[in-house]
Amino acid sequence: MLHTLAVLVENHPGVLIKVAGLFARRAYNIESLTVCQTEDPEVSRMTIVVAGDDQVIEQVRNQLSKLVVVHSVVDLTEKSVVDRELALVRIPINSETRSEVFQTVDVFRGRVVDMGRSNITVELTGDIDKIDAFVHALRPYGLLELVRTGKIAIMRSEA
Amino acid sequence: MSEEKKGLSGAKLLLDALREEGVDIIFGYPGGVLLPLYDAMLDSPIRHVLGRHEQGVVFAADGYARVSGKVGVCLATSGPGATNLVTGITNAYSDSIPLVVLTGQVPTSSLGSDSFQEVDIIGITMPITKHSYIVKDPRDLPRVVKEAFFLARTGRPGPVVIDLPKDVLAQENVEPFPSDMKLKGYKIFGRGNNSKIEEVAQALSEARKPVLYAGGGVVTANAEEVLRQFAERANLPVVTTLMGIGSLPYGHPNLLGMVGMHGTVTANYTVDDCDLLIAVGVRFDDRVTSGLGHRFATKAKVIHMDIDPVEISKVVKTHMRIVGDARKILEELLEVLPGHSLPDLSEWWGQIRNWQKDNPLGCDLDSLTPQLVVKTLGELAGGEAVIATDVGQHQMWVAQFYPIAHMRNYATSCGLGVMGYGLPAAVGAQLARPQDNVFLITGDGSLQMSIQELGTVAQNKLPIKIILLNNGVLGMVRQMQKMFYDGRYNHIQLEGNPDFVKVAEAYGIRGIHVNSVDQVRGAIEEAVNSSGPILLDFKISPDENVLPLVPPGKVITEMIVR
Ligand SMILES: Cc1cc2nc3c(=O)[nH]c(=O)nc-3n(C[C@H](O)[C@H](O)[C@H](O)COP(=O)(O)OP(=O)(O)OC[C@H]3O[C@@H](n4cnc5c(N)ncnc54)[C@H](O)[C@@H]3O)c2cc1C
Ligand SMILES: Cc1ncc(C[n+]2csc(CCOP(=O)(O)OP(=O)(O)O)c2C)c(N)n1
Repeated sequence: MLHTLAVLVENHPGVLIKVAGLFARRAYNIESLTVCQTEDPEVSRMTIVVAGDDQVIEQVRNQLSKLVVVHSVVDLTEKSVVDRELALVRIPINSETRSEVFQTVDVFRGRVVDMGRSNITVELTGDIDKIDAFVHALRPYGLLELVRTGKIAIMRSEA
Repeated sequence: MSEEKKGLSGAKLLLDALREEGVDIIFGYPGGVLLPLYDAMLDSPIRHVLGRHEQGVVFAADGYARVSGKVGVCLATSGPGATNLVTGITNAYSDSIPLVVLTGQVPTSSLGSDSFQEVDIIGITMPITKHSYIVKDPRDLPRVVKEAFFLARTGRPGPVVIDLPKDVLAQENVEPFPSDMKLKGYKIFGRGNNSKIEEVAQALSEARKPVLYAGGGVVTANAEEVLRQFAERANLPVVTTLMGIGSLPYGHPNLLGMVGMHGTVTANYTVDDCDLLIAVGVRFDDRVTSGLGHRFATKAKVIHMDIDPVEISKVVKTHMRIVGDARKILEELLEVLPGHSLPDLSEWWGQIRNWQKDNPLGCDLDSLTPQLVVKTLGELAGGEAVIATDVGQHQMWVAQFYPIAHMRNYATSCGLGVMGYGLPAAVGAQLARPQDNVFLITGDGSLQMSIQELGTVAQNKLPIKIILLNNGVLGMVRQMQKMFYDGRYNHIQLEGNPDFVKVAEAYGIRGIHVNSVDQVRGAIEEAVNSSGPILLDFKISPDENVLPLVPPGKVITEMIVR
């Protein structure tokens, strides 16, 4: 099962390699990993999506916590969270496909951010499922390029 | 503090910070980028001991740490000096030994340019250190040193590397930053959990066949005394790992010996048959479980007490976990014990005594066997002596037959099992415990991996006694070839061995050949009473086996015993 871990780490060079090295060495599977700044300039936040059964996930959490550069590890999987991913997709268009492509983009509430003579680039934000569905819907037209940020997530505030 | 430190060089700041951590000795080997540090050392009260190879200096620091309980410190220059440390750092990491490892580095301005003797030692050692630092601003030195020692010795101990660019050491007039530690992400699990302690006591009172499985964490926690009290109070049988040897003194009636691949039959049967396994400071290594965690102590409820949450349920499914320091946990347990009835274990002990009677550790004491040597040494030198070993058959004979009385009297490489550890570890041990008799028990293969450290012994006039069990072969590998590869021996013969007595003599160290059984006792007596270093070269048969042995892939009750 996929778990989403929010990991607060020291904002130093070398921290990413420590975390990545740990995953590689212990043969944990990273599905995606994002790193970004936080409200505290000394702390970065990694959002790591990792696959594994409960025992593996517990090992991952404990191993991560053990790194001196890691301040905290929270498993967001069972929690109520808002999660998002951003994708940029370049799709070929021609006179025949043009309107269908635009329709699809509309249905998913994508935004056209660039337009060439024979292709368009679309920005789409949403949860992973939505982006997967979008990519799936566009595949028949031929994807020229696909860039995804990986998931970021935040816990919902208490009502 | 910053007042008085004003105007110091980076090197002096470093040495002062080391002093503040109580460092009295550094094992080191110099080189170009370390010149500012070596120069400053002339004015420092810290003693520097020059090894003969950087692997020797890190092993010496490790031996020093094991027998003293303090943090060992070693130093090597950039590039080849630093890479020569790698095996030693790994060894300390595998066995959770506290070290602070100082490496020289090229000047900060040259970093990343493939300059002469530049190597990314932080990158190389990342998987084998608890933490590491490269100091790019000399003002950080006091804080970094303080943090490094704190990290090395607290929680689950381990090696910490500090990489020191030459300009950082050389800079003059440094006004240091405050040394306050900034370790927001570091978690130490100090104590147990009271409600859990009650549960343990409860489980114990309900058990019929309990056993205590003690390991290196008992050593780290200095929990020898409380472990003994607990075992005696609850009348528990105790098995130890190789790392945990000495947590009960050899010969203690509750001690069943080592568990695992070369453990005693009784220890292995007891663990296999128990209904309650109380594991303290152990990590269920595959030398113990045969890599078959799911077939280990299958009838037992498993209670695991460990300071590192990662170890719990890593190999064997744990029913009750207590994360914390072994000594504190055992102390709490001892406190609540009077509130619980203790189980009647007479039937269990009856069973155990029968196993012991039927399966004594066998050995031939009528000819010049390694077991005879180890036992005679044990008789004459006793449990109070400090024992260092190398890796191989001789290491196992020591584990089985030497009467180690205290856990800090013993230095052996376990998790990494690295040949060449013994002699430099003995150097470190002797320097840590100058009043004690230090013996190295080694093999002719292992000794030759560090034989140059005889120079360190000679230079420092260290009265180390070397017991060489010389079988002319890589005995442990030969035994495997004999048992599991139909005796198709190859590349285990150490033809071309030198005369080790002459080698010792070349270093100004006395040596004695021991070629027959009637010379054994006399020679060992001489060594025990010798005020200087001495090497005894015991000629033993290459055909001796270490038994019992659990063959690869078998569970721990499936032992070969003869
Ligand atoms: C040739 C050879 C043969 C070997 N054969 C055997 C054998 O037959 N049997 C055997 O047992 N070993 C054997 N070994 C050694 C084996 O490889 C392991 O190194 C050893 O079993 C590990 O010991 P341990 O479980 O005590 O763990 P250690 O490596 O000593 O780890 C210590 C554990 O205690 C924890 N800890 C640390 N500090 C504390 C604290 N303050 N409080 C609580 N917990 C703490 C740590 O987190 C860790 O889990 C052999 C080695 C060699 C080289
Ligand atoms: C550095 C290193 N290389 C190889 C090994 C594999 N190995 C384990 S025991 C052993 C033989 C040891 O021979 P010796 O030191 O003579 O001791 P003996 O087994 O004969 O007592 C070897 C080669 C090792 N443990 N360490």
